[in-house]
Amino acid sequence: MTDAALDAPALPKRRSRLRATLARDRKAQMGLIVLALFVIGAVFAPWLSPGDPNDMSMDMMSGLSWAHPLGTDDLGRDLLSRILHGTQVSLFIGVSTVLIALVIGVTLGLIAGYFGGWIDLVIMRYIDLQWAFPNFIIAVYLVAVFGTGLLNVIVAISLAFIDDFARVARSMTLSLREEQYVDAARTLGFSDLRILFIHILPNATAPIIVQATVSISYAILGEASLSFLGLGVDADTPTWGLILADGRGFISQAWWLGVFPGLAIMLVVLSINFIGDWLRDALDVRQSI
Amino acid sequence: MTLLRVENLAIDLVRDGHRHRLVHDASFSVERGETLAVVGESGSGKSLSALAVIGLISEGLEVAGGTIHFDGRDLSALDAEEMRGLRGSDIAMIFQEPMTSLNPVRSIGAQLTEGMRLKLGLSRREARERAVGLLTEVGISDPEARLLQYPHQISGGMRQRVMIAIALACQPKLILADEPTTALDVTIQGQILELIARLCKEHGVGLVLITHNLGIVARYSQNVCVMYGGRVVETAPAAELYVHPLHPYTRGLLASVPRLSQARGTGLVPIEGAPPDPMEVIPGCRFHPRCPMATEECSAKVPVARHAGAHMVACWNAELAEPEMA
Repeated sequence: MTDAALDAPALPKRRSRLRATLARDRKAQMGLIVLALFVIGAVFAPWLSPGDPNDMSMDMMSGLSWAHPLGTDDLGRDLLSRILHGTQVSLFIGVSTVLIALVIGVTLGLIAGYFGGWIDLVIMRYIDLQWAFPNFIIAVYLVAVFGTGLLNVIVAISLAFIDDFARVARSMTLSLREEQYVDAARTLGFSDLRILFIHILPNATAPIIVQATVSISYAILGEASLSFLGLGVDADTPTWGLILADGRGFISQAWWLGVFPGLAIMLVVLSINFIGDWLRDALDVRQSI
Repeated sequence: MTLLRVENLAIDLVRDGHRHRLVHDASFSVERGETLAVVGESGSGKSLSALAVIGLISEGLEVAGGTIHFDGRDLSALDAEEMRGLRGSDIAMIFQEPMTSLNPVRSIGAQLTEGMRLKLGLSRREARERAVGLLTEVGISDPEARLLQYPHQISGGMRQRVMIAIALACQPKLILADEPTTALDVTIQGQILELIARLCKEHGVGLVLITHNLGIVARYSQNVCVMYGGRVVETAPAAELYVHPLHPYTRGLLASVPRLSQARGTGLVPIEGAPPDPMEVIPGCRFHPRCPMATEECSAKVPVARHAGAHMVACWNAELAEPEMA
């Protein structure tokens, strides 16, 4: 048969695709290792920490030592313990806020883009309204109104990111719904929701993954910023932003108070970006591996 | 009972409250296991008529009149949800571009089994087995491996075979094929047409084959319906139409097809002028500005379709047409 000439081997399954692309992607490997170390650090924080993160001592602002590997802050609290415990909160907020924003935002964007008309108008006017304010201002406003605390911080940051996901999903849907395979799906009598989530959404994953990894970074930074302003989780829970904020007055005497929490934020954000790039490439079946 | 009977179908473009008729009074019918070729130039309304049958004309267009009877049911009486239930399981469609009518990020297997699992209620395993059978039937080698492949990994001809398998998957009674071979190599075109026609016949499926190539349909269809400028100008059994075309447009089309038997040096006979812009309003017969036999009457009155032997022809001067093409 003439058209059997262009034979290609059957594609490896998704899992082996992920593995194959990872094997060549140095940055993603580093990212995974670094992120894994942070996750282990967060999970085993109570055992890995040299002491209690909130235990004060007279040993204030002492430099790096065996007793305090990353030094102590102005109240004599062990910095390593505080950063390890802070990892739990920071990572949890980063991942959970983006998941919430992604689910809500992508759903809104898909619906707006696919159905168009007044549905699109209503959803997009809301998104425009939110778009008009910087994300951080919205988060600050929400926390200021509803009060501080873990749940409120998560809600505030998630809501602030919804518009980004909605916009990405809508613009992808607007172009994808004109594709012939979407028409073909309609001629097969599939429902609108099925077409939207099973036929259109998988074609829009690349920009959504990029948006998600960027947003995780911003969410971690956002929580840090909120804590820095005193609008974070609460004063007793160490988070990376709070540690930075507490230490900012003493940076000239104790450099470690700014450098180590900052380094933790940077490493995690960078790792997540590398992992995101890898996922985007690995999940695109059109790209050969 | 006739499988599909379209009568006096009219489709309007509605924009800012204005109406413009794109398809006028189109009538055609198909029996089970039979093929009807709908032939016409771009903008003649052939694809639009097919989309109206499956209930998927685009926004801004509207069925303004006529009836569509499918398998004894009046389709205009069905609501959107009933119509959706009919698509795929009773009426399926094959598109022009096999390159773009398969979803690039889903495997062949996923796309082929989706409809069966939803519409026929098959289990994952049953659907897979049926998929392998269908791929074998459309002439794809090593079907088990193909199920795991993605559309970009197979050739255009093979993609169209997959599209045919998808169209057949839910055992429809009618398939609408909209220029199914236009995007393919000439060598593959014949194979694909042959395949569609044979499978439809074997499975007792009615086939509406939409094409702009009058030359290729002769072998695969029982009846031909020629459309021009949104109107059906002539309908006849294929064999009859080729030997004895009545409408001047059909005759022009046949005269412009190159033949091997033609003497060297004699040029092809083109139809003068260009097909009308669907937005243009032409009084009388829409073909009259290009028609060599046009009379006063043609520019004034729309010709009424009437029987002439086995033909239905919409021309005031069809009697004048001599069977010179034979």
